[in-house]
Amino acid sequence: MRPSSAERASSGSFELFAWLFMRISGVILLGMAVFHLFYMHFVFGVERMNFNTIGARWQNPLWRVFDFFLLAFALFHGFNGLRVVLDDYLSQRPGWRVLAKTLVFVLVVGLMSIGGYVIFTFPAAANLAAVP
Amino acid sequence: MATAAPERTVKAGWWESFYQGLTYRGYEGHWAWIFHRVTGLGVLLFLTLHIVDIFLLTLGPGVFNSLLALYKAPAARILDVFLLFGVLFHAVNGLRIVIIDFWPHATRAHKAIFWAEVAVFLIVFVPSALVLLAPLFGWGGGAQS
Ligand code: HEM
Ligand code: HEM
Repeated sequence: MRPSSAERASSGSFELFAWLFMRISGVILLGMAVFHLFYMHFVFGVERMNFNTIGARWQNPLWRVFDFFLLAFALFHGFNGLRVVLDDYLSQRPGWRVLAKTLVFVLVVGLMSIGGYVIFTFPAAANLAAVP
Repeated sequence: MATAAPERTVKAGWWESFYQGLTYRGYEGHWAWIFHRVTGLGVLLFLTLHIVDIFLLTLGPGVFNSLLALYKAPAARILDVFLLFGVLFHAVNGLRIVIIDFWPHATRAHKAIFWAEVAVFLIVFVPSALVLLAPLFGWGGGAQS
């Protein structure tokens, strides 16, 4: 669906894997992200949303697992997409491309860490009352 | 890298590769491609903010709940409609890309598939957007978000 740069065309199996990953994660996100968006708006309700109701949802570990997979797939799909876009527009500017990709990499590691951290360290029911 | 793409080489600067992008496949697909890219990047921007906002749970209920007011403000509903547009378009169009890439026969029906995509998008998007916006017009009723 998009033009590929000379670099990408010749860079072998990693790009094939990335291409396949975009399609597989895309189909998975079609289920997970669309479900999450509709669930939050039309079932859970933005009005009801606050520290306690989110905490209550996370008392069910399955929602934590769901959120973790949503986080991982959306983040890797989205940032791999961004990497491809950077290859397209910065194909003639190797210096900027390396800089941009480095920043993207740091951002992914950072977001994955803080996202995963909050999902799995949010206090369980027993400790929730003690949160200041 | 779509299945048919590898022969293409981009020798020009960013503007020319941007232009090539715009003109790549000169039928419905080219607008779909631009929209796919723009919505993908837009949703990614939202996702980045969203991971930060959920991380703010670690600051405790006081800070978190007062910041949530941003999501509950009337204007947020308008942004929600943009987000819904972006996620839905990107999702439905992404599915079309996957179908055509994995099932080359479908290329013969690419126009029909494209219009089917538009139909599915509108059928889901329009009612959902109306429900989201209803409270702004005082229509009340079904909107609970
Ligand atoms: C305006 C629409 C949205 C609302 C109101 C919303 C609401 C929420 C809430 C309340 C949580 C906390 C966890 C939970 O209760 O399960 C959450 C987590 C999450 N949402 Fe959304 N969401 C929205 C759209 C999206 C979209 C479009 C995506 C995907 C691109 C997404 C991806 C995530 C992820 C990855 C997490 C886990 C966050 C983390 O680990 O820090 N959300 N969302
Ligand atoms: C909801 C289901 C989704 C589906 C079915 C989907 C599908 C796809 C597919 C198949 C591609 C590859 C296009 C190509 O190689 O030409 C792609 C690219 C992309 N996606 Fe998604 N995606 C989805 C969700 C998301 C989300 C949640 C984000 C943001 C976090 C996102 C961001 C991107 C970006 C930035 C690109 C690169 C665009 C480009 O190269 O022009 N996508 N998507």
